Amino acid sequence: MDKKGVCTLIEIRNLVKTYSTKKQTVVGVDNVSVKIEKGEIFGIVGYSGAGKSSLIRCLNLLETPTSGEIIIDGQDFTKLTSKQLRLARQKTSMIFQHFHLIKSKTVFDNLAFALKAAGVPKAKIKPRVVELLEMVGLSDKADAYPAQLSGGQKQRVGIARALANNPSVLLCDEATSALDPNTTKSILKLLKKINKELGLTIVLITHEMEVVKEICDRMAVMQDGKIVEEGPVYDLFAEPKQPLTKQFIETILQFELPPHLVESRKGKLIKIQFKGSIAEESVVSEVFQKYKVRGNILHGKIEYIQEVPLGIFIMELIGSHDEIEAAIRFITLKTQSLEVLENAA
Amino acid sequence: MLPDSLTAILPELNKAFFETVYMVGISLGVAILVGLPLGILLFVTDKGLFLQNSLIKKVVGFVVNMVRSVPFIILLVALLPLTKLLTGTTIGPTAASVSLSVAGIPFFARMVETSLREIDKGVIEASVSVGASPWMIIKDVLLPEARPAVIQAITITTISLVAYSAMAGIVGGGGVGDLAIRFGYYRYDNTVMITTVVILICLVQLIQYTGDVFARLVDKR
Repeated sequence: MDKKGVCTLIEIRNLVKTYSTKKQTVVGVDNVSVKIEKGEIFGIVGYSGAGKSSLIRCLNLLETPTSGEIIIDGQDFTKLTSKQLRLARQKTSMIFQHFHLIKSKTVFDNLAFALKAAGVPKAKIKPRVVELLEMVGLSDKADAYPAQLSGGQKQRVGIARALANNPSVLLCDEATSALDPNTTKSILKLLKKINKELGLTIVLITHEMEVVKEICDRMAVMQDGKIVEEGPVYDLFAEPKQPLTKQFIETILQFELPPHLVESRKGKLIKIQFKGSIAEESVVSEVFQKYKVRGNILHGKIEYIQEVPLGIFIMELIGSHDEIEAAIRFITLKTQSLEVLENAA
Repeated sequence: MLPDSLTAILPELNKAFFETVYMVGISLGVAILVGLPLGILLFVTDKGLFLQNSLIKKVVGFVVNMVRSVPFIILLVALLPLTKLLTGTTIGPTAASVSLSVAGIPFFARMVETSLREIDKGVIEASVSVGASPWMIIKDVLLPEARPAVIQAITITTISLVAYSAMAGIVGGGGVGDLAIRFGYYRYDNTVMITTVVILICLVQLIQYTGDVFARLVDKR
């Protein structure tokens, strides 16, 4: 994306996290190295047990890495004293799947707690809490207890608490996984807003591709404690290389033609993918003008990933063999992404 | 109209009641004062918590278990030298309060530990993640979150101390339980025995009721 002055804020080097019991040793994170840039939203996806939760919890040392380095803003977190670590954690805050608010305290006191933890003087706590509540749209809930709030509202309090001490990094541990789709959307919007307005770097882990598609700039796919693929979200959506990445992408861009449609086809079935600006061009209509082929669109979808369109269509081309071949060559040239489906007649 | 035997011991009964309240009050105070920090210590030094320390955990845990496994009546006698040292005497309610306190401390400490264990670990973790100091987490998270359970623990400890205090009669401790044994049991006076038991029942009911009310009052979950 168009980020000026790209610089690395978080660098994870050869991170290993193992869990030992008397009987066995389980590897949670297996030699992961990754760089996360300042101001970006970085998503880590994987199925449960892939090690993404261990990874993100190592970032603020909620779990102590077995080996490796965590460098955030020039500080190696693994080498800090406990006091330095407390200060560092105030700048690397976290939100959780189950919110984890202090149930015996009001929303106001929950936020005040985070400020007190950072040694903010009493006189400055109240105005800051008011400001935070306004930021997350909960100004009227200051005196409510967590039990009186909905899931989305609780997560907003969680976000406000995380933002209390002006962090440079926000870690999101499955922050939307316990929320319904609408609430998820509104929380994602809020995260995007604070990312833009405060320039906050966000690292999130999730098993929902929807979340990554919605707000992430770059993503990594994890499996068995390793990162199997990493890159800009758009690129991974358009050209997933690893089978696992493809599986995740398919949860968003899934195409399955009903069998009876495939069987009754006479022409050739092709799958075309339009990337970026090409999705808005009239490649298809050009083909029909240039070549003596007719076409039926059987299936199609345009997804907007970070507002850049990605279109996928399944078409049937009908015409003479040569004309179809010529048309296919033309589309391949234009889109660089055409696949002849094998199950075509 | 009260039976004669009861009228006769009414002044004794009155004195005994206040002796019980006195003994239980002192020992409860000490149990809370010492047992609460001890219970917190047992909890926060546990594996995976912010002051993890298996040595402290093991040593404190062992001492607590040791005191708890001694039958109270033995403890009462065994602690006579300590009682003498602290209070200058081995008889009377003040002297009995020493052993009651010693028995109450580990009892309450374990109950506090259990109460703290009920707190959602995630909340503690979230507090660690905002960079709060251990003292702040104890004061502003653990204690408020466990408040209803700790109040229940105080209730149960109080009731146990009332029961223990009956045995204090063995060393001349006084109190309602002592009265029940001396006048009711030893002298076969059923009226006195039943009266004292009824008083104890009322006392325990009252303590439980008060505890429940307070626990409910502070529960914000």
